[in-house]
Amino acid sequence: MSSEETLEEQTVYIKSIVFDLKGEEYALPVEYVGSIERMMHITRVPQTASFVKGVLNLRGVVTPIVDLRDRFGFDAVTETDSTRIIILEVNGLEVGLIVDAAYDVIDIPKEAIEPPPEVIGSVQVDYIHGVAKLDERLLILLDMEKVLNAKGMSDLYQKQS
Amino acid sequence: MEMNEYLDVFIEESKEHIQSLNNHLLELENDPTNMDKVNEIFRSAHTLKGMSATMGFQDLADLTHKMENVLDAIRNDKIELDSDILDVVFNAVDNLESMVFDIIDGGDGKKDVSQLVAQLEAIEQGEVISNTAPEQSAATTSNAQQTIDIGSLDQFETTVLQQSSDSGFFNYKIHVQLEEGCLLKAARVYMVFEVLEQMGEVVKSEPTVTELEEEKFENDFTVLLVSKEDQDTIEQKIMKVSEIKKVEISIFDINQIQANDSKEEQSKEQKSASKQKNEPANDKTNTKSTHVTSKTIRVNIERLDALMNLFEELVIDRGRLEQISATMKDTELQETVEHMTRISGDLQNIILNMRMVPIDQVFNRFPRMVRQLAKDLNKQIDLVIYGAETELDRTVIDEIGDPLVHLIRNGLDHGIETPEERKQQGKDEKGTLTLNAYHSGNHVFIEISDNGAGINRDKVAKKAIENGVITEEQVANLTDSQINQLIFESGFSTADKISDISGRGVGLDVVKNTIESLGGSIRIESEFGKGSLFSIQLPLTLSIISVLLVEVQKEKYAIPLSSIIETAIVNKNDIMHAHNKQVIDFRGKVVPLINLHDIFEVPGEKDDDNFYSIVLIRQGGKMAGLVVDTFIGQQEVVLKSLGDYLSDVFAISGATILGDGQVALIVDTNALIK
Repeated sequence: MSSEETLEEQTVYIKSIVFDLKGEEYALPVEYVGSIERMMHITRVPQTASFVKGVLNLRGVVTPIVDLRDRFGFDAVTETDSTRIIILEVNGLEVGLIVDAAYDVIDIPKEAIEPPPEVIGSVQVDYIHGVAKLDERLLILLDMEKVLNAKGMSDLYQKQS
Repeated sequence: MEMNEYLDVFIEESKEHIQSLNNHLLELENDPTNMDKVNEIFRSAHTLKGMSATMGFQDLADLTHKMENVLDAIRNDKIELDSDILDVVFNAVDNLESMVFDIIDGGDGKKDVSQLVAQLEAIEQGEVISNTAPEQSAATTSNAQQTIDIGSLDQFETTVLQQSSDSGFFNYKIHVQLEEGCLLKAARVYMVFEVLEQMGEVVKSEPTVTELEEEKFENDFTVLLVSKEDQDTIEQKIMKVSEIKKVEISIFDINQIQANDSKEEQSKEQKSASKQKNEPANDKTNTKSTHVTSKTIRVNIERLDALMNLFEELVIDRGRLEQISATMKDTELQETVEHMTRISGDLQNIILNMRMVPIDQVFNRFPRMVRQLAKDLNKQIDLVIYGAETELDRTVIDEIGDPLVHLIRNGLDHGIETPEERKQQGKDEKGTLTLNAYHSGNHVFIEISDNGAGINRDKVAKKAIENGVITEEQVANLTDSQINQLIFESGFSTADKISDISGRGVGLDVVKNTIESLGGSIRIESEFGKGSLFSIQLPLTLSIISVLLVEVQKEKYAIPLSSIIETAIVNKNDIMHAHNKQVIDFRGKVVPLINLHDIFEVPGEKDDDNFYSIVLIRQGGKMAGLVVDTFIGQQEVVLKSLGDYLSDVFAISGATILGDGQVALIVDTNALIK
């Protein structure tokens, strides 16, 4: 018990990968991330949600790819040199996320994380775990399980259509 | 305990012996006078007893021992075999099986079988007059027989023996008995032979050397040795090998054995003559049942899976190499790649064959099950099995057991009527359930048919409406076969009474799902009053398939070759319209067209070509034409799943990786024809 408390008093850091989406910075706990890949050929899978871009061959494993811009309802952009695919492993599911750019790995102190701000009129989304203010950067922390949640996916899909 | 390493072997072998007990008991039931079967059963029981005693499973050994006594009495004509005795023996085998399963699950194989033991003892005592130790006497007689019996000698062996005795060698007959519980019998035998061969020459052994090597003997064996050493030296030298219980050496008189031989042959001939008189047809089965010894090893299925996975990677790379060599146009490279393709094709056949096991592994438990069910249901049922030797991939075999059990139970419970009902309808009182397995193309078919009641259309329709599966208006439009398919819908059960055997309404939809998850399909044909036929179609293997690659706009799709009839190019003018759907006339048949462009919502404008490239596919009795842009060619591909994240994509059964590293989707033709 006591050792845990002392740990609590010390600063606990969450090692995260920071990526860029529509000019905003998001953070993902590093333990979910399998690898970061450059864009490669994606095979479209018909009759799936629009944000499922398709599947690609990741070293012999057929991996589904989600376009995060589409998932969050942002406008689509053409891919650039900096576009990356972050391969995640969440609850045994292997999924790739298309992001605008992937940067560095940083340590986020736990106390810097605040619950997502509630703004009147904005849509409450459950996949944002919190926000962290670090120096002058504002990082949005994602709850990956919620982002990839199949049920959430289909709900969203219905809303869109 | 050190025994652990033998446990796997013990479990495998006990399972085999129990299976053989079951099989032979069933055969014996149909032909109670067949002493060969009793002998087979006795042998299995005896081996099982020995193994379980060695492994320390005392209850198992005791029960087998008692069973063995009864069998021994039967084969010595001390008691008459009747169905009551058979039931008890069947019961004993059931108990043995449950003990073995307990051991498999990590238990100690203990079970209270005192009642059964008492029954067996009663049988043994009840009919046997003045027989206090039947087993012992049998053992001594068989022993006495063995000391005389070294089998017949062929001419060469006789000459050798003759010559050696003429030139001052001694011919010895040596009977070696190993200690009970000797674990590596073959190794001991080898050591004994090595000792013997230092002193002289082994002319013959009984059982044969091969049988000894494969441990196909109990605890003793006999050899004929030609040597100059005296008896005592030989005995001492043999006894130096450990785990030898007893060595008996006697001078072997060649003349005597020859006389014996002819006598024996005569009696054998007599025996077979009398047998032939009794049952001429029996001969065939006898010759069949002689064991064919094949050289096999047991391999853990995981290793085969690992091999398969590695091979799949190789297939992907092979595709890639083919593509590279095609673009490089270097003859040397092309030749090498072609050669590699051929070799890996052979390799693939071998690997796939290694994973194939006869469906008998699933079928062999059904005779017992049917016998028991027939008794429970008071019905008379004949089970006929064809094609038990048909081979299927191991993974399929593992999965197909339960669905088959379900269908058989269903057939017995709902299909075949009671003897009285059958009599009323002018049918044979005994119903027949037929299991048939066969290969056809890239598929294996398993058919389960019965000559029972068949499916009552009205009853099914009524039930379907009650359970809200369909509406009353829909029923009128459905054909008989469509009505029959309704029984595969979930929450459906037509049995009037819910019985223990089947009929909780959770059944057939599960069967259908399991089979579909294996990439197969199930179909039903039924005629009311005549019987039903369930036909299951399964792929031969689950991982590597032949496909036709096609292109739709810029996207590549793979269509399994197994469902393709042929490809065709059709002039636009030949396409007709029926009910606002495009159809073509294909050899006198009207075949609907399915445009992959539309089904898969392929982006891009449709080409307005004057000719359509069409892939004709078939599913059951139905056909359809898939309209694509171009055919690319045939290829062997490795089937990969799309993963859990994208399960249930319409009309896509999986994906594969092509030579260029891109993913192509595999079209599920079953979903397109419905």
